[in-house]
Amino acid sequence: MRIPILKLNRYLLISIQVDLDDQTALQFQEDLLNKIHQEGSAGVVIDLTSVEMIDSFIAKVLGDVVEMSNLMGARVVLTGIQPGVAITLIDMGIMLEEVPTALDLEQGLEKLQQELEA
Amino acid sequence: MSVQSNVEVHSEWGIVSARQAGRNLAKELGFGGVDQARITTAISELARNIYLYAEKGEIVLEGIEKKEAGGVHRGLRIVAKDQGPGIKSVREVMEDGYTTSGGLGAGLPGVKRLMDEFDIDSITGEGTVITVVKWLR
Repeated sequence: MRIPILKLNRYLLISIQVDLDDQTALQFQEDLLNKIHQEGSAGVVIDLTSVEMIDSFIAKVLGDVVEMSNLMGARVVLTGIQPGVAITLIDMGIMLEEVPTALDLEQGLEKLQQELEA
Repeated sequence: MSVQSNVEVHSEWGIVSARQAGRNLAKELGFGGVDQARITTAISELARNIYLYAEKGEIVLEGIEKKEAGGVHRGLRIVAKDQGPGIKSVREVMEDGYTTSGGLGAGLPGVKRLMDEFDIDSITGEGTVITVVKWLR
């Protein structure tokens, strides 16, 4: 299974709509970095509106992909984290402190714009 | 009540099947969205541990009840069993940040915080049984 990555001007947009298994998550990590490299993207929004569960493995993959993208020079914003997912992550002690987030895709794009202008 | 389902875990797909079965049962028992997320996440962590450390095992999900002064209390019990190498130091694996797999080390201590009851029974060389319960509020 591959997660589609859409290009919008200098940005990449991803909406995760499936129950992520480990392999799909790792494949996505690699696909996203390759796509950033290929397109020279400045920013990425990963929308998690449809994601009903993030366990420690998926959290690590997401946190890592944000850091890896930063290393390459692209900013990543995570959007649409559901209440149950936010509560579960904090219960688990997973903070994702360095990761920029926004309520939805629209605000995520605004946040990217701000981060890139700053 | 005797809703029960067993999911074999011997591949990454077993992790996905176990948490889907858990979500369905949690919904059926009347758990709200946030507790469904807690239960599914706990199952995912337990199933991943089986796959990572024991290669194969089983997740048993069951609707349970207990009688209390206030009436009957319903809940969901998850039993994760394997015949893997066992856990050498239960104290260490229950510490936040302890990991041998390069993960976050949030798994088992996280599961304990997500659920209401947590019990771990592990014998080196024989296997591990972890039993957790979430009660309906």
